[in-house]
Amino acid sequence: MSILAVLEQRAGAWNRVSFETLAAAQQLGEELGREVSAAVAGAGLENLASELGGHRLGRGYAVDHPLLENYTADGYTLALGQLIERIKPFLVLFPHTYQARDFAPKLATRSGRVLLSDAIGHRVENGGLVMVRQFFQGKINADLRFAGEPPYFASLQAGAYRADRLAPGSCPVETFRPELEAAQIRTRPLEVFREAETTVDLGSAERIVSVGRGIREADNLPMVQKLAEALGAELAASRPICDNGWLPMERQVGSSGQTVSPKLYLAVGISGAIQHLVGMKGSKTIVAINKDPEAPIFEVADYGIVGDLFQVVPALVEELEKRK
Amino acid sequence: MTIIVCIKQVPARESHLRPAGGWVEEADLSYEINEPDAFALEEGLRLKEQHGGETVVLSAGPARVVQTIREALAKGADRAIHLEHENPRAFSPLETARFMADAIAGEKPDLVLTGLQSDDLGYGHTGVILAELLGLPHATIVMQVEVRDGALRVKRELEGGWFQHVEMPLPALLTIQSGIGALRYATLMGIKKARTKEIRRVPLEAGPGDAGFQVERVSLPARSKATRLFDGSPQEAAAQLVEKLKFEARVL
Repeated sequence: MSILAVLEQRAGAWNRVSFETLAAAQQLGEELGREVSAAVAGAGLENLASELGGHRLGRGYAVDHPLLENYTADGYTLALGQLIERIKPFLVLFPHTYQARDFAPKLATRSGRVLLSDAIGHRVENGGLVMVRQFFQGKINADLRFAGEPPYFASLQAGAYRADRLAPGSCPVETFRPELEAAQIRTRPLEVFREAETTVDLGSAERIVSVGRGIREADNLPMVQKLAEALGAELAASRPICDNGWLPMERQVGSSGQTVSPKLYLAVGISGAIQHLVGMKGSKTIVAINKDPEAPIFEVADYGIVGDLFQVVPALVEELEKRK
Repeated sequence: MTIIVCIKQVPARESHLRPAGGWVEEADLSYEINEPDAFALEEGLRLKEQHGGETVVLSAGPARVVQTIREALAKGADRAIHLEHENPRAFSPLETARFMADAIAGEKPDLVLTGLQSDDLGYGHTGVILAELLGLPHATIVMQVEVRDGALRVKRELEGGWFQHVEMPLPALLTIQSGIGALRYATLMGIKKARTKEIRRVPLEAGPGDAGFQVERVSLPARSKATRLFDGSPQEAAAQLVEKLKFEARVL
């Protein structure tokens, strides 16, 4: 019983986070003494199949069918379900992407299992597999153990495993042709698109002041704007601020917004949910101002002030102006 | 249209979380509606206003969730189903979803809405599991919903600023992304009316437990970086921070 990594592609290009999943599968395979295989689904996969063959794996599967040209949850669940039925893996791993979130729980349910989603690591204890994930938006860590019979299903958080550990090699790649009928696919996906060009390029900003839920209301934003001006920084925000329409969506940092890595990232009243952290943890220097000393943002911050932002931010502005 | 909105009560954002007894100390917690579910409810109410019909909220949990159900009724939901059990941790996510699916199927809904994930467990899978159990087509992380001629056209959020429209027939299930519309407040009239709205109580018996996984141990996360914290008055802390940013981090 092998470990099966399900990789992701769109229009013939890999989603790079897939390689983290592949590296994780190789690592788990070695530690558990199990064969590792990998699958990719789509239509006309010749190129990706030959790339798949360049990894150290027991076997690769190109799950190829014209009806898989565009991703649908129905198509992917049926096709991968048939592959799982045939190869009976021990563990199926996915990258925890928006796409995997859309179909992997369905696939697991069809096998009578539950997807252990968004894992951040694992340990092997006495030959048994312990998965690590977080609860309460990163405030609690937990060890989890699969129960019942395999196959088990897990998705891995982006950044939890390192793609540069991927071992090259070679493997046979089999084309697996699932049985699909057009009528089984109930959703019709249309073209992917972007909203109007963004006018704010947070990606190239040297300094960013980012504001979160702690600001409480839109009327308090000018105070943070002042701090941004005093630092010569761009103003950004976490998701709830943009959801409320207090700042435009194009100023949002995080998994659904922009990914930034400025010299200075100053987070004001941001607790640091993982969706935000993935968008800014590559910043060189991170500063957090938050009243909750246990806020996850302090896990990535270099400097911090635990306190009331309504007092700390004006004090910072004053200090910066004094030194000009 | 009959629209079912699944809402979950979760520990409030400001809750102090302390590992205890294999989970967290519950005595420390206060509760509120899961935020993405509040947006799912908003969308359910908006669609009812637009197309007529009924919005029914469904919530699973102990007696305390009645508070969250009442708030949803006060905002405009027509009635509610409460799947009641005293120990949520006695059920696997799949078992809970099975009970929810049974209750939903009995209502023969046109549309089922959930939030895209819960703020406490964060698995993000209940909506998709429900769609599979109910045999419904679905879309996740939805930012916009249009109902036209008995079919749906939704706007899904993808990663990195990409979006996609997806069409599907009704009935269907959607998981709603936060920010889909401005949340309404309950009016005084709404709060008053909510007192007489029906909450159908369905007691649940814990099953044998099915294949999934078990939480073995919880802990507070270790910090990956040593954060230098500045104490003192806001002015003192601000002065120390600016000093370090200038001369140690050299980012000013």
